[in-house]
Amino acid sequence: MFRNIFHLKSFVPIVGVFIVLLILPPIIPRFYTYIIALMFVTGLLAMSLNMVVGHGGMFQFHHCAFYGVGAYTFALILTKTTLPMWVGFVAGPIAAGFVGLLIGWFCVRLSRLYFGMLQISLGSLIWAIAFRWYSLTGGDDGIHGIPMPSILSSLNCSYYFILIVLAICLVGIYLIFKSPFGTTLQAIRDNPQRCEAVGVNVRRHQLVAIVIASFFAGVAGVLFVVLEKSVFPDLLFWVLSLEILIMCLLGGWFTFLGPMLGAAITVALRTFVGIYTEYWTLILGVILILLIFFLPEGVLGYFIDKFKERGINAMQEEK
Amino acid sequence: MDIGQVFTFSALGSQFLVGLSRAMILFIVCSGMSFVLGVLRVPNVAHGSLYMIGAFAAFSIASLFGGSSTGFWLALIFAPLVVALVSLIAERALFCHLYEREHLMLLLFTFALMLILDDLVKLTWGAEYKSFMAPPFLRGSIPIFGSPFPRYNLFLLIIGPLVAIILWLFTNKTKIGKISRAAAVDREMVGAVGINVSWVFGAAFVIGCYLAGLGGALVAPIVSITLGMDQTIIIEAFLIVTIGGLGNMWGALVGSLIFGLTQAFGVLFWPQFAIVFPYVAVVIILIWKPTGMLKSVW
Repeated sequence: MFRNIFHLKSFVPIVGVFIVLLILPPIIPRFYTYIIALMFVTGLLAMSLNMVVGHGGMFQFHHCAFYGVGAYTFALILTKTTLPMWVGFVAGPIAAGFVGLLIGWFCVRLSRLYFGMLQISLGSLIWAIAFRWYSLTGGDDGIHGIPMPSILSSLNCSYYFILIVLAICLVGIYLIFKSPFGTTLQAIRDNPQRCEAVGVNVRRHQLVAIVIASFFAGVAGVLFVVLEKSVFPDLLFWVLSLEILIMCLLGGWFTFLGPMLGAAITVALRTFVGIYTEYWTLILGVILILLIFFLPEGVLGYFIDKFKERGINAMQEEK
Repeated sequence: MDIGQVFTFSALGSQFLVGLSRAMILFIVCSGMSFVLGVLRVPNVAHGSLYMIGAFAAFSIASLFGGSSTGFWLALIFAPLVVALVSLIAERALFCHLYEREHLMLLLFTFALMLILDDLVKLTWGAEYKSFMAPPFLRGSIPIFGSPFPRYNLFLLIIGPLVAIILWLFTNKTKIGKISRAAAVDREMVGAVGINVSWVFGAAFVIGCYLAGLGGALVAPIVSITLGMDQTIIIEAFLIVTIGGLGNMWGALVGSLIFGLTQAFGVLFWPQFAIVFPYVAVVIILIWKPTGMLKSVW
């Protein structure tokens, strides 16, 4: 099975990038290590969203609800209970997946746009709970200075932790993407009626996809807490959900690593543009409009298309 | 706190009126959103920003006239028109070229519009709190049910039904209203009988945004006008149009009433958690009927 999925040709550069990322932190300044780690976390979140939006074709408008649930669960277990950290680490994604199951159970019954609207509504309810329940979640301040075990307290250690978890998750997402389930999901995206007709249980597939994506979003939430050592209600806010959608669009919906690239570009831009101006969202809005009009298949999608075109042209010339 | 003291007739009655007047503002904003949802089938994420622009524009116009009655009336007339103009420009310059694309792109466009408008508001009006007074004849309060009731809220109670009636007349009695209702049900057919669907969509978008601006202008004298005011209203609007039934104008009214009244009575029963009551109501309704109380247009 693995031989069909992992080609040696594509394996070498991936391992190369991984090794480069492994040796980076001691060399580069702390700030850059932090930014790269943030790119990883955001990238994982975008990848998990793309599982349902890009590959599944569902209108997952409020993905951050699951991200926030994962982060809050982890943070609450660390601060309010005496349970060891790994319990929180397991509980965060599972809680996110469970919320995904609850919300998804209502959503998959509806038409696509209604799906999105209902999800925004239900996700906003979760945001409202986190925002108002001062005694539990710290309300709009959130929880800061979450105590971490000593192995994760320094930035470099959390960087490595995030990198390894990210690598495992990416392999997992890739396996799902290439599995019969993943291909069925893409078939559902392209033609749900026909899938229904050949006997695919469309709703169940969509629901399972939502739960898996929520699970990975929960992992991203936990990693965010590992990196930042704080949680706040903005993690669950719908504006962030749409920003993640932009990242998927920027990188390319229909590519595997596109969302990762989109997240990296967005985080880098936000960091470096933010130094010069406070009107970052204005710039993001303009970028988004340019994207919608001129590059709807995303950066990576654009290059892949170009590449294919060149290949086709070359083949035609050979003839 | 003594329960009997709280549940007096006058307290209940005045809270009911407070909730009703809040519901009227919500209705005006949400009907606009619902209208756009019904015709274009796009949740207009920029709706809250347009509401905010309406409030800021009303502040600017009213302060030009130094808080006189004329200033207030002019603000009420021109602030929504400013918002409509902004949306018209955005629609004709950019949005109208996207109607053939998939819905996700349309949604992301409105999100981009929201990001840009929010920062433009910050650039134009600054980040400080703004407020202005209602005209003299709408200040103060009059006794109703034995307890004082703000006159401005009474004014809202008159405006709200007025807007509802005008909207009803518009969608049912005018040609463009009928066309837009038809476009909501079957847009291909509307195009097939020779109507320029792009213009119908444009008109619907601008009318929806006008209503957002009207809501902002109406609410401006009784709240502090800040940069964050778009975020709260948009979530409430999303919830209201979902529980009401997407694209259904009367659903927006029902949803607004539920939202406004539960919030107002929540203040009476459990002041610290008043904001939770509408959300609980929304959860109950969504579990009971995930597709909203009234029939969705799509």
